[in-house]
Amino acid sequence: MSIDHAPRGASITMRGLTKRYDAVTAVNAIDLEARPGEFLTLLGPSGSGKTTTLNMIAGFVDVTEGELQIDGKPVADLPPYRRNIGMVFQEYALFPHMTVTRNVEYPLRQRKFAKAERREKVAAALQTVGLEDYGGRMPKALSGGQQQRVALARAIVYEPRVLLMDEPLGALDKKLRDSLQLEIKRIHGELGTTFVYVTHDQDEALVLSDRIAVFNDARIEQVGTPTELYERPESVFVARFLGESSLFCGTVTDGRTVDVGGRRIVAGRGDCAPGDAVAVVVRPERIRIAAGESEPAAVNAVPGRVIQEIYLGNSRKVEVQLSDDTTVLVRESAGSITPTEPGQHIWLTFDPDNAAILPA
Amino acid sequence: MIRRSTTFWRALLLAFCAAVAVWLVAPSLIVVPLSFTDRASFNFPPSGWSAQWYTNFFTDPSWLWSLEASLRVGVLVAIVATVCGTAAAVAFSRTRFFGEQGLRALLLAPMIVPVIVVAIGIYAIYLRLNLLGTTLGFVVAHSVLALPFVIVPVLASLQGFDRRLEDAAAICGARRWTTFRTVTLPLVAPGVLSGALFAFATSFDEVILSLFIQSPYLQTLPVRMYSSVTRDTDPTIAAAATVILALTTALTVLASIITIRRSRVH
Repeated sequence: MSIDHAPRGASITMRGLTKRYDAVTAVNAIDLEARPGEFLTLLGPSGSGKTTTLNMIAGFVDVTEGELQIDGKPVADLPPYRRNIGMVFQEYALFPHMTVTRNVEYPLRQRKFAKAERREKVAAALQTVGLEDYGGRMPKALSGGQQQRVALARAIVYEPRVLLMDEPLGALDKKLRDSLQLEIKRIHGELGTTFVYVTHDQDEALVLSDRIAVFNDARIEQVGTPTELYERPESVFVARFLGESSLFCGTVTDGRTVDVGGRRIVAGRGDCAPGDAVAVVVRPERIRIAAGESEPAAVNAVPGRVIQEIYLGNSRKVEVQLSDDTTVLVRESAGSITPTEPGQHIWLTFDPDNAAILPA
Repeated sequence: MIRRSTTFWRALLLAFCAAVAVWLVAPSLIVVPLSFTDRASFNFPPSGWSAQWYTNFFTDPSWLWSLEASLRVGVLVAIVATVCGTAAAVAFSRTRFFGEQGLRALLLAPMIVPVIVVAIGIYAIYLRLNLLGTTLGFVVAHSVLALPFVIVPVLASLQGFDRRLEDAAAICGARRWTTFRTVTLPLVAPGVLSGALFAFATSFDEVILSLFIQSPYLQTLPVRMYSSVTRDTDPTIAAAATVILALTTALTVLASIITIRRSRVH
């Protein structure tokens, strides 16, 4: 999708981009590139630097150090009004004293479009977001979801080549979020604009993004497609932040073999030196439960005790306590549930291919 | 039992409020009828009715001249103090700069410092600068007194203003001045408007400072009234007072209507 529309979106390049406030470093020398027409999500917990990064791209926050380029041209010294970027804010930020039409028209007026052209573009933008009959309303008279659609129309009406979104669905309820997510994805496909989207919601990131940059503590932990990040996380933080993970902590004995509480576990991925303290990370749906007393015949088998079972309709989650008192999660889908009961001693097995060694 | 005592306290509160209201309005209740008296005395209640003091007020050149002076100075003060006060309020709400607290205290000081102290200081300076009895002198001096009455309401309006709206305007392509004109100003307009009216009113009924900087060539209405009281016992002053009362009441009512209308629109 992003490749079809590549010429219409701009690229954004960040090199060593840093923002410091007195003693606090909000963004610490990040390197990141948004490709033309791509849907790039900045994902991370609050305070991880993702919003500050977005505000630097928009020009609301000065860059302390590093390079910021749009389409290869440095923009760090340009004020926001000269960057030709669109932006959707979390709390909509619609002008409360203007009608929907006047709001959407605002950027066109700044660009001195003629009246007829303004009317045409406003109508087209409102149609894109499904609000063609609401032009005469005041923002206050609209629901939260409708207000955010107006904000979206205002951000795309002048066809900027970059669109920034700062947790645009954060103030909405779950159902509305889901439907607007799909709409945002559709609009991204239609426009071919480069989207940079900030969220702390991992599901949202997985649904929307071409690529995700995971922020933690002012730095980027990993950048990749949703599949890459979910299947091959490069750090415990990423593994935990995107989806659920089960961690088996231990020490590397040699190569990809780890000693976990006296048992040898073999992992398919990971580079560590013998003696390193590591975590073997496995997704809960990749772990199977063996209910028998005797050790099952599998490469990786770890004993544990069932603590509790959580029924989720289409699947079941089982919390299992290991011999070192840490707990791990197992997720079984509805068709393949092994009957267990709390307190029962069981074995957990998983393929080396589904296990990765990450620095603890 | 509880209900009964609340009713009692509520009645007491109401009675107290009524007493305060009467206390505040009472002088007007005397002055307005007095301005329609048929005799050249301040006897109350008047023995008969006549509009002669209004005729006197609107035909005597010295009264008209000072009314015109007051209106001219008041309007200019409203403009100067509103522009400067709004600019100051925006600066205070936006940026943190060295000496900000000090500057803020300085600009708000005329609310606290006795006017007589300001008056003596300004008199001394004006004497040297030859500004006594000039429109410029009056406008500058009154603007100093009126500034706090603009800064305070505009700051209050700005506190409820969502700064992200300015970011939104900027990213839409609006330069800073355009953003201020099209987004910030319309949204803090009630504060600015009430500041402007207060500035006008401050100038319009200022006596102490005006007595110091007046000259035979420029007397504002309150100054003229003050000398009228000390010189002659003529109910024209009651007519003048009623005119001022009507004017300021009209302005205040107008301001409230505009504020209510605006808040309904939003």
